[in-house]
Amino acid sequence: MEYVSPEGLRLDGRRPMEMRQLRAEIGTVAKADGSAVFEMGNTKVIAAVYGPREVQNRSQQISDQALVRCEYSMANFSTGDRLRKPKGDRRSTEISLVIRQTMEACILTHLMPRSQIDIFVQVLQADGGTRSACINAATLALADAGIPMRDIVTSCSAGYLNSAPLLDLNYIEDSAGGPDVTVAILPKLDKVTLLQMDAKLPVDIFENVMGLAIEGCKAVSNYIKEVLLGNTKQLEYRRGL
Amino acid sequence: MLQSNTFSRKTKAGRIKKEVREIYLRDDIYCGASACKTCLASTCRAPLDASSPLLILDTNVLLHQIDLLENPAIDNVVLLSVVLDEVKNKNMAHYNRIRALSTNPLRKFYVFSNQFHKETFVKRMDGETPNDYNDRAIRVATRWYQTHLGAATPVLLITNDRDNKRRASEEGISADTIQSYVKSLGQPELLDLLVHPAPESEDVTMEQIEDLRPSKKQVVYQEHKPMSEITLGLHRGIYHQGKLRVNRYNPFEAYVGSESIGDEIIIYGRQNMNRAFDGDIVAVELLPQDQWHEEKNLSIADEEDEEEDDVHLAPSSADDAPRTTNLVSGSATETNSTPSRHSGRIVGIIKRNWHSYCGSLEPMAMPAGTGSFTSALFVSKDRRIPKIRIQTRQLENLLDKRIIVAVDSWDRQSRYPSGHYVRVIGEIGDRDTESEVVLIENDINSRPFSAQVLACLPALPWSVSSEDVTNSIRLDLRSLCVFSVDPPGCKDIDDALHCTALPNGNYEVGVHIADVTNFVHPGTPLDDEASQRGTSVYLVERRIDMLPKPLTEDICSLRADVERLSFSVIWEMTPEAEIISTRFTKSVIKSCAALSYVEAQARMDDSRLMDPLTTDLRNMNALAKIMRQRRIDRGALTLASAEVKFQIDTETHDPLDIGMYQIREANQMVEEFMLAANVSVAKQIRDCFPSCSLLRRHPTPTREMLEPLLRTAAAVGLDLDVSSSKALADSLDRAVNILQRDDPYFNKLIRILATRCMTQAVYFCSGDLSPPEYHHYGLAAPLYTHFTSPIRRYADVIVHRLLAASLGIDKLPSVFQDRTQLTSIADNLNYRHRNAQMASRASVELHTIIYFRKRPTDTEARIVKIRSNGFIVFVPKYGIEGPVYLTTRGEKGSGEWYVDEQQQKIVKMDNSLSYSVLQTVRIHMEVVGPQPNRPKLQLTLIF
Ligand SMILES: [Zn+2]
Repeated sequence: MEYVSPEGLRLDGRRPMEMRQLRAEIGTVAKADGSAVFEMGNTKVIAAVYGPREVQNRSQQISDQALVRCEYSMANFSTGDRLRKPKGDRRSTEISLVIRQTMEACILTHLMPRSQIDIFVQVLQADGGTRSACINAATLALADAGIPMRDIVTSCSAGYLNSAPLLDLNYIEDSAGGPDVTVAILPKLDKVTLLQMDAKLPVDIFENVMGLAIEGCKAVSNYIKEVLLGNTKQLEYRRGL
Repeated sequence: MLQSNTFSRKTKAGRIKKEVREIYLRDDIYCGASACKTCLASTCRAPLDASSPLLILDTNVLLHQIDLLENPAIDNVVLLSVVLDEVKNKNMAHYNRIRALSTNPLRKFYVFSNQFHKETFVKRMDGETPNDYNDRAIRVATRWYQTHLGAATPVLLITNDRDNKRRASEEGISADTIQSYVKSLGQPELLDLLVHPAPESEDVTMEQIEDLRPSKKQVVYQEHKPMSEITLGLHRGIYHQGKLRVNRYNPFEAYVGSESIGDEIIIYGRQNMNRAFDGDIVAVELLPQDQWHEEKNLSIADEEDEEEDDVHLAPSSADDAPRTTNLVSGSATETNSTPSRHSGRIVGIIKRNWHSYCGSLEPMAMPAGTGSFTSALFVSKDRRIPKIRIQTRQLENLLDKRIIVAVDSWDRQSRYPSGHYVRVIGEIGDRDTESEVVLIENDINSRPFSAQVLACLPALPWSVSSEDVTNSIRLDLRSLCVFSVDPPGCKDIDDALHCTALPNGNYEVGVHIADVTNFVHPGTPLDDEASQRGTSVYLVERRIDMLPKPLTEDICSLRADVERLSFSVIWEMTPEAEIISTRFTKSVIKSCAALSYVEAQARMDDSRLMDPLTTDLRNMNALAKIMRQRRIDRGALTLASAEVKFQIDTETHDPLDIGMYQIREANQMVEEFMLAANVSVAKQIRDCFPSCSLLRRHPTPTREMLEPLLRTAAAVGLDLDVSSSKALADSLDRAVNILQRDDPYFNKLIRILATRCMTQAVYFCSGDLSPPEYHHYGLAAPLYTHFTSPIRRYADVIVHRLLAASLGIDKLPSVFQDRTQLTSIADNLNYRHRNAQMASRASVELHTIIYFRKRPTDTEARIVKIRSNGFIVFVPKYGIEGPVYLTTRGEKGSGEWYVDEQQQKIVKMDNSLSYSVLQTVRIHMEVVGPQPNRPKLQLTLIF
């Protein structure tokens, strides 16, 4: 199967180093303390954050830092298959854990001891790169909730098909079975906080692919910063400052 | 700009699913015209010439007229991506040829990605068929080109779709059919290249060609079932799907390997083959069981144009030999046994395997009046292909030529498929032409290496650098006495040996193989080319290299007295040839002698010589003999094939002499160590990379395959035990003693017959099979691979990479992570290997004919098979095989002779004369020419 034409175009018309269109909206769930919808092409994810608040289950309370919990789910309509998947299947549990660990790494949890922060992410429409979209949505929602963070976390994936590194795989490219590297970084600190790959790749190619994913993360972070800035400006405006 | 594409798709489970896909529309796709002022893309290749007319081709033109498009007369062409996609879905082979055109710097073909261009993107309308959608997209793109380039550049849409042409004209686009466009070019020879559309298609037909045989318009073949019915039939198990394989020696018999039945289905006769070609994927319907036998007899009587057997080279394995069914076995003796083989008829063709074929026109009288189209019958050299009817304007020019013809269609009313002329190769019978035919027929690429490939070579003159010597991965073995033993005049020396006596009484034996992978790196054009070629091809008068000459004959070749890089296998062996330790290393060697087999043998035999080199040779030979004996004890078969050797005139390249290839002890010595090296390497790579090693297996022959051997043996009172390779080897050894005739050649003859019952060994990827299947029957080895000839076999290059990776010298190239790709590489290697052998054989056959043209000869021959009208003889001296007729052709089995099936004998009715299998007869060999320019070798019996 040809995923990149000899003219250098992918199946959806992008060039190998191009990302899909990004869209974000903050404050989509009024009841939550912070929320956001994040879209990467046809992948659409909603995130809602509650907290910091009192720990519900006292036995889980941590005396010197906040407890971060995360629940990931996929809407039954998200793939168009209308498949009823049981909640808490292994894939969901794994992604919940990945998101929780990634977000925990950037939240200043020691500032909020004996409290709890809940992050809910749900995939509304899946078209590849759901992990990255979830992390990006969660970052926006946490920022919207005003939770103290070291830096924002942004994520993007890259793959390797037809001997070419490709940024931000969509579903068709993702299901080609090639390697898929998901990276999350703290852009200001220039640190990688998440790196996942479930295939074998020679080291030199891997470095290329990872480098491309990091570039993608940076592009996402620029976009997220813009969105946050725009949002802040609006808040300022509403307050009449 | 973002657009989304919504469409419905049927899933495998049969449900309808809505799919939404994003399309990113771009403004950075350029028109590709060199003089365009709007798209200022100096970096991008702009091949189109805006000062002459641009052609935009419709899908039907690309699909049908590829041979025409490859002619340089058609140029300045825009290929739309929507068209390319459709071609790709319909015919991958044509797609690849079109892609090759678009990357050819000499041709002005430009691919325009119209689907992703902001201004040429077309949104699918509700209820629009894919065909209409594509046509509309083509028209939109054509219009865009027209406005984009302005009035100075005429843009012409070429389509043979009547509807599309009409709509284009309505929209103000200039459109034309390919036929009238070619006519407007004023080059009549191009008209021969045109494909004439099948009459039932909707496309515009060529008006000026009327059917030349209106009286013959009756239905010859049964209708092919529509695709929907075939799918349903396959689903229900009424039809069976598989690839059609036509018997190379009897084109009226074909086989379809069917997974659903788990056995081969036999198709007898052209009627049942129903217009299918060799290699087509077909749907077969089984015939009722009571017809399974009748068909067999029918198949031969039925066809008027049955061909005679030609004299050909004796087969060296089952792959070369005709299939087991021979004329005799169809007679009375078998009718009482239950019919075991399924037979069927083809109801539809799922995928065509049409390509172009080499051959010549059937001799015919010149029609009155020249310059008009004449219909002629083309006969392919490949006997599996039916005759093809072509239309030509240059009949007198083509009659005595070898030409290439492509197939276009085959409708029910025609006995033969119709096709079109592609090009002339040369005169029939001319040696160069015939050699070229051999290469084309076997799909062998003999073109010179491209500039990109040659750019991968190291600078010349090349020599071992000091970095190579000091490199920690390389062992410096320059001080060792390393030598090579090869056929005389060998320039691509890929193996050398050494043997040193150690103080403890043991020997250190080394096999040093040219370090080809030091120069051929994965992913380079050089590597891709070598991987495609797969193997060097040896013809009688020339060699077609897998790697460019500087590598083959100089840089990699382990010549005498120069330092060379090598990959070594070094063993410590006891004097009893037990391997104590094995070591693999890259090394630097300096060969001290490049011996020929004859020289090496002479040195060993000359008892006066006591120099170190000769001593080493003798030690090695002693070890090799023990190893060989041990291998034979283990059950390895010492098989034989009739290899012939030509002596070629250096000036005229005509064969001067012909004789059997003589095998000496020195050959066997080298062979033994190469086998040992291959086995050691096979173990190492298989242990290190159990799922992605490239190994070589030789399947155990089934009893059915050995049946002809057993029948022959039984006829002469010989009892062969074929229960295992060991048992067979033993009984082959005994074959001498049982027959107490004064017949030294008898044993060899039996071995030759045994060899040709077996299939050849094949490459495979270790992850694709389970370990018991790795077995190499002929060598009685559980693991085997090819390591010792990387200059001329690509398999060895792969194995070198695997071995280097297993030692941590290099990392494993990414190909090895992709099992499907590895499997396809192995398949290609088998295909290339097979073709290379067929080409060598064809080349020997060709030279045999040239040799005997001037030298009618009487010689001895052995009968190997009895037929109803004569027998097949094998001529040991020249390695050929062919029919000897006892009755004249046409009165086959007319009662003068009868066949004794049990004793494999043909007996004259009055019992005065009989011939039995394996009997020695004297024959006369002479080249005759029943038809002009078609010489053939004829064998006649001398009474
Ligand atoms: Zn332009």
